[in-house]
Amino acid sequence: MRPSWLARTLIALAFLATFALGVLAHRSGLFEQVAKYGADIAFLSRQHMKLVAISGGLAIAVGVPLGLWLSRPSMRNMAEGVMQVLNLGSTIPTLAVIALAMSLLGIGVVPAIFGLWVASLLPIVRNTYAGMLGVPAYYIEAADGMGMRPRQVLAQVELPNALFVMFAGIRTALAINVGTAPLAFLIGGGGLGELIFTGIDLNEPGMMLAGAIPTALLAVLVDFLVGAVSFWVVPRGVNPLR
Amino acid sequence: MITLDNVTKAFETPSGTVIAAQNISMEVQDGEICVLLGPSGCGKTTTLKMVNRLIEPTSGRITIGGKDTAAYDPVELRRTIGYVIQQIGLFPNMTVEENICVVPKLLGWDMERARKRAAELLATINLEPALFLKRYPKELSGGQQQRVGVARALAADPPVLLMDEPFGAIDPINREVIQDEFLKMHRRLRKTVMFVSHDIDEAVKMADKIAIFRAGKLEQFASPDHVLAHPANRFIADFVGADRTLKRLRLVKVGSAVETGWPTVTAGDDVARALALMAERDHKYIVMVDPAGRPQAFLARDACRDQNGPAVKHSLPLPATVRLDEDLRSAVSVMFMHDVRWLACVDDDGLFAGYVTQPGITRLLRQTYRGSGVEPVA
Repeated sequence: MRPSWLARTLIALAFLATFALGVLAHRSGLFEQVAKYGADIAFLSRQHMKLVAISGGLAIAVGVPLGLWLSRPSMRNMAEGVMQVLNLGSTIPTLAVIALAMSLLGIGVVPAIFGLWVASLLPIVRNTYAGMLGVPAYYIEAADGMGMRPRQVLAQVELPNALFVMFAGIRTALAINVGTAPLAFLIGGGGLGELIFTGIDLNEPGMMLAGAIPTALLAVLVDFLVGAVSFWVVPRGVNPLR
Repeated sequence: MITLDNVTKAFETPSGTVIAAQNISMEVQDGEICVLLGPSGCGKTTTLKMVNRLIEPTSGRITIGGKDTAAYDPVELRRTIGYVIQQIGLFPNMTVEENICVVPKLLGWDMERARKRAAELLATINLEPALFLKRYPKELSGGQQQRVGVARALAADPPVLLMDEPFGAIDPINREVIQDEFLKMHRRLRKTVMFVSHDIDEAVKMADKIAIFRAGKLEQFASPDHVLAHPANRFIADFVGADRTLKRLRLVKVGSAVETGWPTVTAGDDVARALALMAERDHKYIVMVDPAGRPQAFLARDACRDQNGPAVKHSLPLPATVRLDEDLRSAVSVMFMHDVRWLACVDDDGLFAGYVTQPGITRLLRQTYRGSGVEPVA
């Protein structure tokens, strides 16, 4: 990835703004207020990451095979219908999904993970499906004609060519997941939402920021990690970034 | 040898049964190029794909080298048949080397041998291995991609090659070059090739045999010259074009049309001798050669009449000569260019070898119309 001069300028400006904000925060004594919650931040961040890792991991584990399955020729007739249902699912606000999960599964970690899983499932399925359908038919014809078995066509031709689009879906899904995870607190799932929502309720900006800043950092970190993985895993011939 | 025996393919569609290929019987001899020709939807691609069983025939028998293809596992069968498609279909996620190694790997070759083979094949298609092996398809031009596509089909050295409009997507100039390269390679490798095309010029150029299809039926199966000289029906006559006689010129070498045994004179001969030679055979012209036998000039009977002195004094320059291994189309083109009705021919050493004349060419084409046969371009 080679950022353009515009992107570079923007990045520099963002750094400057962050620095200025930091100075301001320091002056107002916000740092001390946030630092008070150091132990809570460490504990809740771990919880938060666990929520994200489990629900995101499950979403990938289910979404990718589901998308692959829907893209098989034998499923062509049904696939569009299933995608419509999933699309409908994505229009339901995540908060509502979490509320529904609670009414179904009670309170605690399990319904929180379930709600996050539902919210991040769709982009993965949709992009896997679209990525697979986007592989031109003549690659598959060439592979068949050369004597590849269906499994070999899938592994050597279809998947590598769909991978870039699939990774875009995973990236979107995990971004949604990290951003939504604070809501887990509302149904007793824990995580950094505890500091954010309690901070808001008590009108305590230090507490709120103690939750919000790590959440934001976590979102950036996850996005960077998925980006890096897709950069190295997607073969160079079909990776527009390399 | 590929044999199709009464092969039929019927597709069941919601609007009823569609016969894509009906009772096709044909034979492609070892080392021959057979071009399946016809308008779109005529069944030529269906017929091709039945050979490697990408499409299963509804009835009939296809054998390759005497063995029934139905007896194979279709996937195993395809690994023994080279396959090239119009869109080339190089896998963009693989390097050129990996693309060429696909079939060898499927056949379980060790990587060392497959890699060596890939480098060797790239060299034969005039792509420097060191430069191209590690490139991705997107880093090649269209023509280079198509060459790699052919190399990939040849990787495991299959005896049979199926090509579905392989040069259809390449610009006309590069297409000529790649066709010539392919023919050159074919003369060396002698694969049995089935080749789908909708371009009559390409078919005439490439084919040992042309199979013309219409609406699922094989209308004519013959050598290019035979198809051009004796189209079996109105449809084929229209399909090969009103200029089919001109197309035939391309199939015949000057050597087949040359008239030999005509007398020549040398620079020192007397004009009277030249006139006598012309009068003896009732010719209007005579070629003057140098002592080695290379044509230098010619004398015209009308201009020499009642003249005397050495022949060289009355000679006129030759407008052009043609080589025996050029095709008649070039010869006729040269005739039209210089507005002459005959040309002196030279052999490989540049020695005078005879004449081609317009009446002679016409006579030759007429002879084949009667079926006596012209030696086609090998």
